[in-house]
Amino acid sequence: MMNFDLPSIWALIIGFGLMMYVFLDGFDLGIGLLFPLVKNKHERDIMVNSVAPVWDGNETWLVLGGAGLLAAFPMAYSVILSALYGPILVMLFGLILRGVAFEFRFKATESHRPLWDKLFFVGSFMATFAQGVAMGAVIIGFPVENGEFAGGSLDWLTPFSLFTGCSLLFAYGLLGATWLVVKTEHNLYKQMRKLIKPLTILLALCMLGISIYTPLINADVKAMWFNWSNIVYLAPLPIITGIFVLLLLGSVNSSKHYRPFIYALCMLFMGYLGLCISLWPNIIPPSVSIYEAAAPESSLKFTLVGVVIIVPFILAYTFWSYYVFRGKVVDTEGYH
Amino acid sequence: MIDFTAIDLARIQFAFTVSFHIIFPAITIGLASYLAVLEGLWLYTRKPIYMTLCRFWMKVFAVNFAMGVVSGIVMAYQFGTNWSQFSNFAGAITGPLLSYEVMTAFFLEAGFLGVMLFGWNKVGEKLHFTSTCLVAIGTLISMTWILASNSWMQTPQGYEIIDGRAVPVDWFEIIFNPSFPYRLVHMGLAAFLATALLVGGSGAWHLLKGSHTQAAKKMLSMAMWMLLIIAPLQAFVGDEHGLNTLEYQPMKVAAMEGHWHESEPGEGVPLVLFGWPNMEEERNDYAIEIPHLASLILTHSLDGTIAPLTSVPPEDRPYVPIVFFSFRIMVALGLLMILLGITGLVLRKKGRLYEKKWFLRFCVAMGPAGLIAMLTGWFVTEVGRQPWVVYGLQRTVDASSAHSMTAMSYSLLTFVVLYVCVFGVGVRYMLALIKKGPEQVYDNDNKDDLNKRPARPLSAADGVEL
Repeated sequence: MMNFDLPSIWALIIGFGLMMYVFLDGFDLGIGLLFPLVKNKHERDIMVNSVAPVWDGNETWLVLGGAGLLAAFPMAYSVILSALYGPILVMLFGLILRGVAFEFRFKATESHRPLWDKLFFVGSFMATFAQGVAMGAVIIGFPVENGEFAGGSLDWLTPFSLFTGCSLLFAYGLLGATWLVVKTEHNLYKQMRKLIKPLTILLALCMLGISIYTPLINADVKAMWFNWSNIVYLAPLPIITGIFVLLLLGSVNSSKHYRPFIYALCMLFMGYLGLCISLWPNIIPPSVSIYEAAAPESSLKFTLVGVVIIVPFILAYTFWSYYVFRGKVVDTEGYH
Repeated sequence: MIDFTAIDLARIQFAFTVSFHIIFPAITIGLASYLAVLEGLWLYTRKPIYMTLCRFWMKVFAVNFAMGVVSGIVMAYQFGTNWSQFSNFAGAITGPLLSYEVMTAFFLEAGFLGVMLFGWNKVGEKLHFTSTCLVAIGTLISMTWILASNSWMQTPQGYEIIDGRAVPVDWFEIIFNPSFPYRLVHMGLAAFLATALLVGGSGAWHLLKGSHTQAAKKMLSMAMWMLLIIAPLQAFVGDEHGLNTLEYQPMKVAAMEGHWHESEPGEGVPLVLFGWPNMEEERNDYAIEIPHLASLILTHSLDGTIAPLTSVPPEDRPYVPIVFFSFRIMVALGLLMILLGITGLVLRKKGRLYEKKWFLRFCVAMGPAGLIAMLTGWFVTEVGRQPWVVYGLQRTVDASSAHSMTAMSYSLLTFVVLYVCVFGVGVRYMLALIKKGPEQVYDNDNKDDLNKRPARPLSAADGVEL
């Protein structure tokens, strides 16, 4: 089991940062993914404006994940990012297109606008799919020799990583749709509400697939999940996940519009938790643990002080910013 | 024929992406502070001109900021994707500094940016002003951390090497390393200068066109005051920075001066005005020199000497021509900025600041000068650090990831195409916004108030003409 030593605390911090990223930028990217389904120009503006004030902060969690990994586990940072050169670049290119499209589509001439709308979708798709592929590749793991990545440049490309890439499309799509149910009205709201059910079912099937495949390729994971003494502790995980799926499906027509979004977050959180439990205590599966990859104690301590003091403030003013822009997005006034 | 290796391509990729990137944060740093000043002046004086300018530059800021963010994420990941041996070696030191940058600056900027850009009607004006100030402060904090990290790579201290990795021992020494204060002030002033020149050039452009006269005059006037004070100050700080470099990185200064050989006693070091550094022959071709002047500037005596390039083996020397020429471009532009500031003052005293066509054209021409000077300054300090990535500790050739030529060629090509297209278009949009000029927030004569006629949002309908 885990001890509360510095590498464990840091693994939790980075896990928390990545989770925040998946939750928050997940719905931003999801909106991009859903863009082709909405043709109306005014509705598209509303979709973008529902996240315009916050997307930049949401994306910052990804930067924190990168910088935190470099600070706390430099070896994992260098091995994983080198091994994932292809998907990381695709993600970065996607995030560039998506990010500038946010601004450019308002600043562009009328004739340029369709292009930026298209690139908003393309960028969101590239970033999401690449992140999903990266996740799959991490689950499978990387060969490491002398602290360096010792595999080939296309090792990340496997049927499983393509599968996880698709899975993340459904996950972010679901987050985007449920977010828009919170933030919109009328036709757009109705259209998004209809998407929740199919996306939830697809995502649930994907999560099931990943849960079955992961123990098959990794003996340690199999031993942990199917050991009788652990099953008592671990059995609630899939059960609770199932309950959230049902709650989510049942909340589609609820008059409380925030409910599907909350349940979608809960469902993803359970999946994320299961994944973290499977990989623990490895940071570069299948063989390098957080202890082997950890930075010197002086680095871990110095940065931890900052995290403990500053992150609560970050959470507070992030929450405040969401509070300022609460409620349905009714029109595009006041934006740009 | 030049034979590129995978590491050359990795270096070109880094140089390309970071050079593109730094332009946007520099404008962000300068404009954020300018916006805070404008909004503060508006709250204090209630003169509509300040609000007009604030709203106008905020639009430019928004486009610029987005480009800074997305090109910055690339940097945060590139250390791992392309420079994994550097990350492994120095990550325990640069990683925490970057983490502090994210926590104390990026989140602050991003968190309050939303309110600053979109919150005009959602929060009170004091709270809005606070948000603008926090964004500005965030940009300055960000610059501080990233320069601490870069300066540590230039003048490392406060570490121990254990098992082939740099292990932090004293964080105060790491952050306040010898070149950090100089680099921080030099870069901060560079950002303010670049922004002032951009703002002044925009004002001058509109004056030449006869459009938006009142706002254009204000922009030009504010920019010229800024320039008058900051440009000479920058020259002084740059000189101090150079002396610091002479102490800790003598070969960088030798490359800047094109100083190849030990001086004869009493000869001193000449200032090479122009020449062509010849790495093979270890001399400058076609050199035009002013005797003793470099001695005077660098050692404050006529026959003082500095270490020449040939005092170290060729493999320990930086690539001299880039350092040499970049340095000259930076200094020349800096001198022009001082000249511009003084000319502005003289014309202002005569009451001709807004009239002299040649002066306005000079301002427009100098619009991008701050950014070019800043880029060439970075070329001097980064190329001058070579062949080291961490000065004296790790060579650049030992720092990279082991990617194939194919992978590196494709990634570099994609970066170039994507950056040129995306950021090229972005810069065009920024210029188009500037060209379009400020929209009057409310009519001065009719005394319409803000609530009756809110600032017309730039909706799709008023898409700018390119």
